[in-house]
Amino acid sequence: MARYGMVIDTKKCVGCMDCVVACKTENNVPEGHNRDWIVTVANGKFPDVNLEIQSQRCNHCDNTPCVACCPTGASHVHDVGGVVLVEHNMCIGCKACLAACPYDARFVHPDGYADKCTFCIHSVEKGELPACVSVCPTHCMYFGDLDDPNSEVSKLIASRKNHPLIPEAGTKPRIFYLT
Amino acid sequence: MNSISRRKFLKITGFSVGAAAAATALSPMIKGANRINKEKVKGIQKIPTYCDICFWKCGTVAYLKDGELWKVEGHPNDPLSKGRLCPRGTGGIGAVSDPDRLRSPLIRTRERGEEVWKEVTWDEALGYIADKMQKIKTQYGPESVASFSHGIGGNFLKHTLKAYGAINFAAPSFAQCRGPRDVGFELTFGEAIGSPERTDIENAKCLVLIGSHLGENMHNTQVQEFANAVQNDASVIVVDPRFSVAASKAKYYLPIKPGTDIALLLAWMNVIVSEKLYDVDYVSKYGFGFEQFAAELSAYTPEWAYTETGIEPELIRASAREMAMHKPATLVHPGRHATWYGDDAQRSRAIALLNALLGSWGRKGGFFYPASYSLPGYPYPAYPTSTKEKLDNPGKKYPFASEEITTGIREATITEQPYPIKGWFIYATNLIHALPNQEETIKAIQNLDLMVVVDVIPSEIAGWADVVLPESVYLERYDDLHMSAFKETFIGIRQPVVESPADQKPNWWIAKKLAEKLGLGNYYPWNHVEDYLDHRLKAGGLSLEQLKKEGIIRGPKPPIYFEDGIVPEFPTPSGKIEFYSLQLQEAGFDPVPKFKRPEQAPSGYYRLLFGRAPVHSFSRTQSNRILMDMMEENEVWVNQDVAEKWGLKNAQHVRLKNQDGVVSNKIKVKVTERIRTDCVYMVHGFGHNSKMLKGAFGKGASDAGLVTKYATDPLMGGTGMNVNFVTFEMEA
Repeated sequence: MARYGMVIDTKKCVGCMDCVVACKTENNVPEGHNRDWIVTVANGKFPDVNLEIQSQRCNHCDNTPCVACCPTGASHVHDVGGVVLVEHNMCIGCKACLAACPYDARFVHPDGYADKCTFCIHSVEKGELPACVSVCPTHCMYFGDLDDPNSEVSKLIASRKNHPLIPEAGTKPRIFYLT
Repeated sequence: MNSISRRKFLKITGFSVGAAAAATALSPMIKGANRINKEKVKGIQKIPTYCDICFWKCGTVAYLKDGELWKVEGHPNDPLSKGRLCPRGTGGIGAVSDPDRLRSPLIRTRERGEEVWKEVTWDEALGYIADKMQKIKTQYGPESVASFSHGIGGNFLKHTLKAYGAINFAAPSFAQCRGPRDVGFELTFGEAIGSPERTDIENAKCLVLIGSHLGENMHNTQVQEFANAVQNDASVIVVDPRFSVAASKAKYYLPIKPGTDIALLLAWMNVIVSEKLYDVDYVSKYGFGFEQFAAELSAYTPEWAYTETGIEPELIRASAREMAMHKPATLVHPGRHATWYGDDAQRSRAIALLNALLGSWGRKGGFFYPASYSLPGYPYPAYPTSTKEKLDNPGKKYPFASEEITTGIREATITEQPYPIKGWFIYATNLIHALPNQEETIKAIQNLDLMVVVDVIPSEIAGWADVVLPESVYLERYDDLHMSAFKETFIGIRQPVVESPADQKPNWWIAKKLAEKLGLGNYYPWNHVEDYLDHRLKAGGLSLEQLKKEGIIRGPKPPIYFEDGIVPEFPTPSGKIEFYSLQLQEAGFDPVPKFKRPEQAPSGYYRLLFGRAPVHSFSRTQSNRILMDMMEENEVWVNQDVAEKWGLKNAQHVRLKNQDGVVSNKIKVKVTERIRTDCVYMVHGFGHNSKMLKGAFGKGASDAGLVTKYATDPLMGGTGMNVNFVTFEMEA
């Protein structure tokens, strides 16, 4: 079975937020909320500054505190690609998963359920790419099967310097940033 | 600036406000109106069109789900978007559902600027306008109606105004934006840069950006090509007082003192000439006046430039050598918004000369020769001729202005010289935010007998109008054919995807109906714009039906570089690349650009710089709720050391006060190591005070309000706007 993940090239990313806008229109994310977002990390003293621009979202971790803490089973690991999803009808909006997530990737939808990135599984299951990946004008985002050594994502992780976010949380995140 | 601070907020009649409020509360009402057909079509429909959230005109595919507008994506066959839109384009559907949209024609009922209106029918609004226009024609002549316009949507209105006899047409895109750049290149190579820019960023091995913040400035094709150049390990050199996103991709970052770019350019050229690093063959074959030019450069050593620019001599040398190493595939980008200090055409000319030394004009990875599709225009009756001259540039005061000067029309409207201007037609440009010195704009408006604004949102300029005409959003209308000159030839169509939610009308309809009211119906021999489009397309062996289906039709791909067959021709007076410009000399200007030290900030003040964010276009998108969710206010960037000196904390609010005592709206402070200590920076377009722009009202501050001072370019009339200084006023 596939294990979906993402690789994002921070060398190419300009932080334009097209990924955020595309997610919003694709998934009808309500006003005031976003399922993905941009973080710009700046280090150094002017003019010797370094920037790393990161398009962030749910990391669809291998170890899932959000699933483990869910009292109803609404938060679950999907059969396809191991994507972490929320079954809206089962969610009671208790926010345990919001607290458990080290990436602050979840929010409560105005309709009362915990919401977050789905890796656009509705598109992926049709052979398409997640909206954020498919719109990116800089082509800095890659999506695929981390367990397939021949996938583009696996090759990029093998060949380029990269890091995940907050590895010390021990959740084994599946998004890797090329630097 | 009292007239602005006293300005009353937009007061639309109860009905209108109620309608807008209802639309916010009941978004399904708007959604229901967005059906392409009265009958909902089940499933997914894809309709091609082209974008209008900025002027780039990217090919777009709109998706309807069960008859409702769902999303827009880039058109895969479009040479500009290459299947991918920028964030503004992707958020374009937010323009349709924007609850702040203008919904019905409005006529002013109180004093101008008080913003009290009544809703009227189209017949009443157009009748009112036509009546006033006839009176102006009788009393002053039709030349006394002027037009300010931005974007392709203004074409039909211009046609009606030309048929009426108007001759004064201008766009802020010249004197407030790219004008100096185009003039600087025309003076050197005989040709302008154009839009989209003729820059071959993708194939550049070295890309030099001077103040150009690609990636924040989201010109789609350019950003895509920039990302490809970065992927291909092109050397990027960035010159900017602010550590831009582009700077973070650079091999060399030059943190220049604002206003000293010409000094740096002269020093770079000094290094390249004195070390004989230039393209000797190219220069000797195509250059004119190189010896005189080279002689003038000798004084401009990197050590001299260091004292002006603050850039270390060795950094100047290293970056110059880097450029030379990759020639001719070294692109020194000409920028776009180039109206900075009033010597901008000469700065742009210095950029052109540096490119000439590197041999990049006409070469792969440099500047290509653009190609465009060509169709005959529609066979309209001839326009009336006028005995009067255009009045934006009387007596050719600005001898090298190649387009009309907005601020020249504004000045003539105030002075009534050489003849009065009594009517303004303003299409899709918010002059209050686009022109420097708002007081002058408002003063000019007081002299008008008629002011008409056609727009999709109630921008600040609409607040000053006599009549406001609500236009359909681009996803609801046809426009003229898109045939931009670029790397290959193509035609694109804009066509309606959904219906307008209220009483908005497409610009072609407005222009045609107004012409009929003016008794100029014979200038519109077609009944519907579809007939017009089909007529033009048939003349080129195509059809509207085909273009509506395909969205983009690509034509031949002619050669675009010297190396693949373009014949080098330079339509300058000498027929060559003018290193030394006799026409400038004869007109009393420097034949080779010279550096003049800019005025320095008073103590405790900082130079105000402004630029773009990727998620907004000018001051036209801040009420788009999708884009608002990305960025709802701007921030003022303040260096860490400056912030410490003033005791400013990140995210606190301050007001900015400029050298003339004008105070801004509240704005959030961004304390950062990404900017010099002698300037502050903000994104343009925020700080709206048009009350009907509910989503944007009072969010962030307006740079335009602080630009009371401007330096006019003596060559071409551009208005340099980076000559204002601000200090901080603390919020209690």
